[in-house]
Amino acid sequence: MADRGFDVQKQRGFTTIALACFVLLYTPIVLLVMYSFNVGTSIAIWEGFSWRWYVSAWENEQVKVAALRSLYLAVVASFVATSAAVLAALATTRRPAYRGQTVVFAIINQPLMVPEIVTAVALLIFFALIKSFTGYTGGAFLFVAHSAFCIPFAYMPIRARLQGMDLTLEQAAADLYGTPLRVFRKVTLPLLWPGILAGAMLAFVISLDDVVITEFVKAAGQDTLPTYMLGQLRRSVTPEVNAISTVLLAISVTMVVIYFILSQRKN
Amino acid sequence: MIEIDGVSKVFGSGVQAFTALDNVSVTIRENEFFTLLGPSGCGKTTLLRTIAGFNAPTNGAVRLDGQDLVSLPPYKRPVNTVFQNYALFPHMTVAENIGFGLEMLNRPKAEISSTVDQMLDLVQMTAMAGRRTSEISGGQQQRVALARALAPRPKVLLLDEPLSALDYKLRKGMQVELKRLQNETGITFVFVTHDQEEALSMSDRIAVMNHAQILQVGSPHEIYEHPSERFVAEFIGETNFLIGTVTQADETQGSVALDAGGNIVARLPQGEGGMGQVTVAVRPEQATFCAPDSGEATVSGTVSNVVYLGTDTHFHLTLDDGNPFALRLQNTPDNSVQQKVGDRIGIAIAPGVAQVLKD
Ligand SMILES: Nc1ncnc2c1ncn2[C@@H]1O[C@H](COP(=O)(O)OP(=O)(O)OP(=O)(O)O)[C@@H](O)[C@H]1O
Ligand SMILES: [Mg+2]
Repeated sequence: MADRGFDVQKQRGFTTIALACFVLLYTPIVLLVMYSFNVGTSIAIWEGFSWRWYVSAWENEQVKVAALRSLYLAVVASFVATSAAVLAALATTRRPAYRGQTVVFAIINQPLMVPEIVTAVALLIFFALIKSFTGYTGGAFLFVAHSAFCIPFAYMPIRARLQGMDLTLEQAAADLYGTPLRVFRKVTLPLLWPGILAGAMLAFVISLDDVVITEFVKAAGQDTLPTYMLGQLRRSVTPEVNAISTVLLAISVTMVVIYFILSQRKN
Repeated sequence: MIEIDGVSKVFGSGVQAFTALDNVSVTIRENEFFTLLGPSGCGKTTLLRTIAGFNAPTNGAVRLDGQDLVSLPPYKRPVNTVFQNYALFPHMTVAENIGFGLEMLNRPKAEISSTVDQMLDLVQMTAMAGRRTSEISGGQQQRVALARALAPRPKVLLLDEPLSALDYKLRKGMQVELKRLQNETGITFVFVTHDQEEALSMSDRIAVMNHAQILQVGSPHEIYEHPSERFVAEFIGETNFLIGTVTQADETQGSVALDAGGNIVARLPQGEGGMGQVTVAVRPEQATFCAPDSGEATVSGTVSNVVYLGTDTHFHLTLDDGNPFALRLQNTPDNSVQQKVGDRIGIAIAPGVAQVLKD
């Protein structure tokens, strides 16, 4: 047999370790989904199938308000973050290397590197300062915070796509009398689309399940779904939390599937 | 008419500075099939990109019909490019690709669609108008790239090794087709290749480049028969180099006493050079056999190898001074090769055929 170099699948214990990882990752999720259908109020003892916790979550006014706020927040934040990320990605890839490029890169990716709790505390203090000066305490702070920390998540796939793009395509378009703006609209943007979609969805999901920053930045009565659930857990735990989590999971999976189908069709 | 006037291009700066074009000047005439020929890395693509507007020259001027091009961005230059990798838009159909330039020029829809049809017909791609560019073969992509660049009727078409990715047969076919297109459209073609045969067979004029400079510009005949320097002679075809001393010279020709014995009357290079010790270039087919050491013989030697090649026969000879010499004779039905390995022979070179090199 030809030597194919280092083959990780041939190493002893590979299968065991791989299986253990999958079990660890997926068992809790499977249990969570399973107990969302439990008839009883326990999240540990199975008593039979029912939709009751979904109905109860659906009829819970607080859940509804929090869910709507979460969605609204995620839509706005992912839109703002993706737009900013497209511009940032263009600015960091469509020009020759320059001094300080790494610094710019690090600044854009700051939320990935600074511990979230630090950002959260910093924002808390910063916003408190603004609040004390302006007296404004509305929901805008949440939108600003979410838009900001979603940028690097949207930025990564867009930048990757831009870097992989054949530069001569844009040159060909310019050669064929395309002004820079029209080249962007007619060539760059359509080719960038899968990257933008991926970035937007990543930003959406990140915003949707953020707890730490939201918890620090939100004012009273500005609960999002995750912070509401956290609050619930502190009091009494019912499978209603499982039901909400399952719905969130379903949304995430659906988005990934949609993205996959769309990006397949592009190629 | 494109005037390239003292153009230099330096990439990078400081110790990393690299000169890709070194004070290049050349004038490309209207309706000309002009070829840039040279080895890899000599600056052909850089010169083409300077005309297209993708890189600004460090020095010098580029003019099209007297109008300065350097200050114009690529999208304002009446110049189109066929890229080395074709660069077709993958998210558009064949027809949309071809219509792109006209669309950017805001031409009316009817005009765009009729021109696209015409172009599809010209490159014989009508049947595939609706296909994605990923669904056609390499040769077809090449034709689409050509049609796309021709559709807006540019004054100048730049082609960067457009045939290098094609197989031999397709390449031969496309060479004929390109030449026909150039005749039919009357567009000036600036064509880049490192294939000397391609350059000789297609061009009106050839510029031979090496190390960021243009060494010689001339018709295929001039370049082949009268190379100005050793690099040109070596790069195109096979050449014999004979060392000698110029003993007598008029304006165009000179008599050279060869180190291998004998005298030869050869063309002198234009301008400077061509005195004292010189190198004379002789193509293998510029020499014939004669009796050794006769008055007819320029030099004499022995046959060391004979290679029969169907249309002609190659003789590898060793001159009296020990240097090799290649000679090529065309085969005819009634003459069979008489010279055999080991025979002593004379080599006759007609006066005014060989070329004295500049260096
Ligand atoms: N953007 C650049 N930065 C630095 N050096 C460059 C750049 N573009 C080209 N060069 C250098 O300039 C020289 C000429 O390049 P060019 O692409 O013009 O060569 P070429 O004659 O087209 O060669 P080939 O036949 O291989 O395509 C090369 O040595 C190349 O490395
Ligand atoms: Mg090149």
